[in-house]
Parts: sequence; C-alpha cells; structure tokens
Amino acid sequence: MKIIICISNVPDTTTKVKFVDNNSAFDTTGVQWIINPWDELALTRALELKEDANNPVSSVTVVTVGLKTSEPTLRKALAIGADDAIRVDFQPGDAYSVATQLAEVLKNNPYDIILNGIESSDYNGSSVGGMLAELLDMSSISAVSGIKLQGEEIKVTRDIDGGKEEISITAPFVGIVQKGIAKEPRIAAMRGIMMAKKKPITVVEPVAVDSLTEIAGFELPQSKAACKIIDADNVKELVELLRDEAKAI
Amino acid sequence: MSVLVYTENWDGRFKKLSNELVSYGSKLAEMLNTSTTVLSIGKVDEAELKSLGKYGADKIITVTDEKLATLDNRAYTAVIAQVVEKEKSGIVLLSNNNTGKAIAPRLSVKLKAGIASGITAVPEKTSPFTAAKKVFSGKAFAKFVIKTDIKILTLAQNSYEIVEKTGQAAIESFSPSVSNDLIRTKVINVEKQTGKVLLTDAEIVVSGGRGMKSPDNWGKIEELADLLGGATACSRPVSDEGWRPHEEHTGQTGKIIAPNLYIAFGISGAIQHLAGVSSSKFIVAVNTDKDAPIFEAADYGIVGDALQVLPKFVDAVKELKSL
Ligand SMILES: Cc1cc2nc3c(=O)[nH]c(=O)nc-3n(C[C@H](O)[C@H](O)[C@H](O)COP(=O)(O)OP(=O)(O)OC[C@H]3O[C@@H](n4cnc5c(N)ncnc54)[C@H](O)[C@@H]3O)c2cc1C
Ligand SMILES: Nc1ncnc2c1ncn2[C@@H]1O[C@H](COP(=O)(O)O)[C@@H](O)[C@H]1O
Repeated sequence: MKIIICISNVPDTTTKVKFVDNNSAFDTTGVQWIINPWDELALTRALELKEDANNPVSSVTVVTVGLKTSEPTLRKALAIGADDAIRVDFQPGDAYSVATQLAEVLKNNPYDIILNGIESSDYNGSSVGGMLAELLDMSSISAVSGIKLQGEEIKVTRDIDGGKEEISITAPFVGIVQKGIAKEPRIAAMRGIMMAKKKPITVVEPVAVDSLTEIAGFELPQSKAACKIIDADNVKELVELLRDEAKAI
Repeated sequence: MSVLVYTENWDGRFKKLSNELVSYGSKLAEMLNTSTTVLSIGKVDEAELKSLGKYGADKIITVTDEKLATLDNRAYTAVIAQVVEKEKSGIVLLSNNNTGKAIAPRLSVKLKAGIASGITAVPEKTSPFTAAKKVFSGKAFAKFVIKTDIKILTLAQNSYEIVEKTGQAAIESFSPSVSNDLIRTKVINVEKQTGKVLLTDAEIVVSGGRGMKSPDNWGKIEELADLLGGATACSRPVSDEGWRPHEEHTGQTGKIIAPNLYIAFGISGAIQHLAGVSSSKFIVAVNTDKDAPIFEAADYGIVGDALQVLPKFVDAVKELKSL
C-alpha cells in the first residue's frame, strides 16, 4: 500500500500579513515557510501507519505544486520521515489549477491512499482535496480525524455536525484530514535531516491549465475599538453590560 | 439561471444554518433577478420542507433515494449536478461546514464552476462576480472573482442574518440516477452527541485555556455555558493535554466559530487561537495578565484570576436571570 500526502507550502502561522502593489499581492518579505499544519499531521499519521508492522504500507510520498522555492518545505517533510518527494514545477494559481497538476501526477502514478489537509492556512480554500478526488473520479472522505488499517479494509473516522461516523472503504481513496488525525506533528530529528539530503525529489513539468477564479485584491480588517476593562471585584457589572449594552445574553 | 441552495438536514430537521443559507440564497436571487430553489436530500416531512419558504425559497426539490441515506461525497456531487442541470442554476450555495466543504469542491470540478469558499457577505458585484472571502485565517480579506458561468459559494456559518419573508414554497420530488458503483463508502458506526448545544451552532460560547490550571476546574465553565444556553470550547493546548475533547478546540487548526458572544477564561489570545474566534460579535476575556494579547481582541475584559471570577460570573448570571 502506497500513501501520498499533498503538501501545501504556507507562511508560518505567526506571520504578520501585509500586502504590496496597491493591496494586490501578499508581501512575502521575511516570511518563514512551513508545511501546512494539517498536511504535517497527515504526514505524521501516514508514518505511524507505515511503522506499524501489521500494516501493509510500503512507502510514504509527499507531493507539492510549487516553484523551486518550495523545496525546503519538501525537504522538511523528507526529514520528518517521508521516503520520497515530488514537486510539480508550477506557481500555484487557484485551487483548480493546483488540483489539476496533482491529478496529472496521480493519474500516471497510482497511490492507494491520497491525503490532503482540510485547508491551506493562507487562502483557506478547503478545495484542493475534493477537487482532486473528483478529477480522479475517486471516493473522498472529508473532515477525517482518524485512519486505521485492517488488512485491505481502511477504517476512517469523520466528524459530522454533532458527532462522528466510522466509515469503511477500500483503496484507493482521497482522505481530507483535520485535527485529531495525529496527536501532535512529528518533528524532524538530526538523523532525519541528514538523511533527507540524500532522498530524491522528482521534479515534474506542469500541464497547461486555466484558473476558474482569481483574486482582485486584498483588504485588512478594520481595527477594533479598545477593550472595556471591568474591575475583578465587580463581575456583576460585566454581566450587566453584556445584558444591557451588548445585548448578548 | 436560478440560485440553487443545498441544505442537509439533521434527523429530518433543518436548523438555523439552513435558514441562513436560504436567506442568503434568496438575497442573491433578488440581486440577479431570478428565483431560489432549495435541494434537500434525505427524509424530511412536508411541514419542515415548507418552513424554508419563510426564508425565501420559491421551490423545494426533495430527493429521498435510500442509497443517499449516508453522505457519500461522490454520489451527492453527482446528484446535485443533476439538479443544477435540470434547474439551469447559475449559482450553487452550500454551507461552509464539514458537509459543504466535502461536496463543493467536487461539484466545482464536475460543473467546471469556480468556487469561493467561506464567504461572509453578499457579493460586492455580480459582474464580474466578486465576493469577499476571509484569507490568512481571518487576518485579511480577499476579493474573490469567479470567472465561470456557474458559480459555487460556501457560506460561513453565523455570518448572515436570517430574513423572514412571506413566500410559499412549492415542493417537488426528484429521482436522480445514482449508479451503485459510485458509492464506495460505508458508514459502519455513528456516534452522536446528544442534548448539548453544538459549538458551531452556539450563540454563546464559554471557553477555557491553560490558565484554567486543571481539567477539574471545568465544572464552572460548563455550568456557565448551560446557564447561558451556550456551548463550551477550549484552546489547543487544553485539548492536546486531553483536558477536553478535540472537538472543542477552537482556532486556526481547530473549529472556526462566529458566535454572538465568546467568553475566554485563561486564554492568552495567541494569533492561532484568535483565527478561530475573531469573527465573534463580542469577546469577553478574563486573564491575570493585563498585557495578554486576548485583550486586544476583546470588547470587555477583567484582569483577574479566572478561578475566582468564574463563580462570581455564574452567580451574577443566576441573579440577573431571575430578575
Ligand atoms: C501551527 C500552529 C497552530 C496552532 N493552532 C492553534 C489553534 O487552533 N488554537 C489554539 O488555541 N492554539 C493554537 N496554537 C497554539 C497557540 O500558539 C498557543 O500556544 C495557544 O493558543 C495557547 O493556549 P492558552 O492561551 O490556553 O495557553 P497559554 O499561552 O499558556 O496562556 C495561558 C493564559 O492564561 C493566563 N492565566 C494563567 N493563570 C490564570 C488564571 N488563574 N486566571 C486567568 N488567567 C490566567 C496567562 O496569563 C496566559 O495568558 C497553534 C500553534 C501553532 C504553531
Ligand atoms: N500547492 C499545493 N501543492 C500540493 N498540495 C496542495 C497545494 N495547495 C493545497 N494543497 C493540498 O490541499 C489541501 C487544502 O488546500 P486548500 O484547498 O488550498 O485550502 C492542503 O492541505 C494540501 O493537502
């Protein structure tokens, strides 16, 4: 069984978001790039599955759609433990263009479990995983918070509004994961970092694709009015303000 | 060129989220000078279906095929696409909840329709179709332009005001063709949370962070949430520690919520936490550190010990509620 994780290269979650060129482009100056948090959790879970000798997992691959500048993020995934990496040499456009590039790679190169994160922490699209599944005409399960293997059967937990469902499926399928899939993201150890330098990154040429959407510009949210501080000995006053001023309770 | 709204049901009932979707869909239809059709999949009785007319649905299409009893993303996508074709819909609107996120992108490919996800307001322009969407986990907005003829939107929960109308909806049933080999998922077990207000639905959310010190101190958080008819939440380290279940974790990597009131006890207000709660209408913070970043996001605050403030808060609510 082969597992592949689609990795989105995103700004560190503490990045101060700024725009340039008349608010038309994200300012990447000084930005640290990381593996999208959910993709990192998906990778962690895939490695756990592979390490369990009861599971028939033979390899864990990572793939990203991005220019050469995204390679350090792939190296990081290799250092964490992925066996090999693929990079489609394409400047990510909208979700559809990214999903199309991924679908091309996967059509020529079958994997059993294809994992995506629930969203990229930059554009919050929540789109690529589902699009990829439809492009491959494969089943998909979204909001996945658990994956277990039982021989050929894959048991997937998904969160629904107000509960959880356990789903049985066989490969191949696309899993779109969220928190809970792994407890904490795995961190690269020194040995892993050394080994990652020798692991292969295959670079794939992109296919031509049109985007379905575009961004016409950005705006920063309006800043908030100052916080009203109430004395700790006067909790009742706060509750009254919530009732009478905010009309929130 | 109708507007098609898809809403799921919860054991045969719609909820506030459905009414928000229909209200929004009906507003869009008004802007585009067309009608609003709602699609419901699953068993819902006639009175419940009709109730959506109150929010502007002109027509309700109901699909009750047994094969669709559980959500299979591929099959649901195929069914919705058939309805889009039949109704000649120009816009498909879904919720930005787990179900909508599961289906909308598939539908986007199937219909070759661009998608704007997690939108919070009516489009700024309909030509070119431009809608504001949150990006960078709420740190900015992007003006999203959809270039295709058919457009798919997912609406963020609790972001659009329900509008009541006087319309009557016509009900029509539809039998889609659902081939058996489409469905490869099998739901083998369902675990439902009963009786509790869902975090994503809640108007009031009472939340605790590491400043609560121990899971044993959550009794008062739960009591306050119950008193206010709200739900409980927590910061990520609290759920990582196993003090609270992971479903309660709000923030960038957890749930993104937009209640009317969010009360944070002992939460520092890290940027990743705020990403999940900054759309709340009012935020209240209780923290011992007057410089904690949560106070920058809060509307009301108390600098003090959460463990001492909480019981007083509970008492004050009890007192004011009995007035
Ligand atoms: C990639 C990434 C994603 C993340 N995603 C999330 C996310 O989705 N959600 C999330 O919450 N975090 C997330 N985090 C973690 C985040 O950065 C913070 O570490 C976390 O939110 C801190 O939780 P906290 O405020 O409960 O704890 P702390 O930072 O430990 O803060 C505790 C606060 O309680 C106050 N305090 C202490 N004692 C008391 C008392 N007796 N009474 C009142 N106040 C008291 C302290 O002054 C302090 O402000 C993420 C981090 C990363 C790197
Ligand atoms: N450029 C990319 N390369 C590879 N995978 C991606 C890329 N962008 C997004 N993804 C995957 O799609 C998921 C959801 O992303 P999005 O639709 O952009 O919110 C991410 O968690 C990744 O798994």
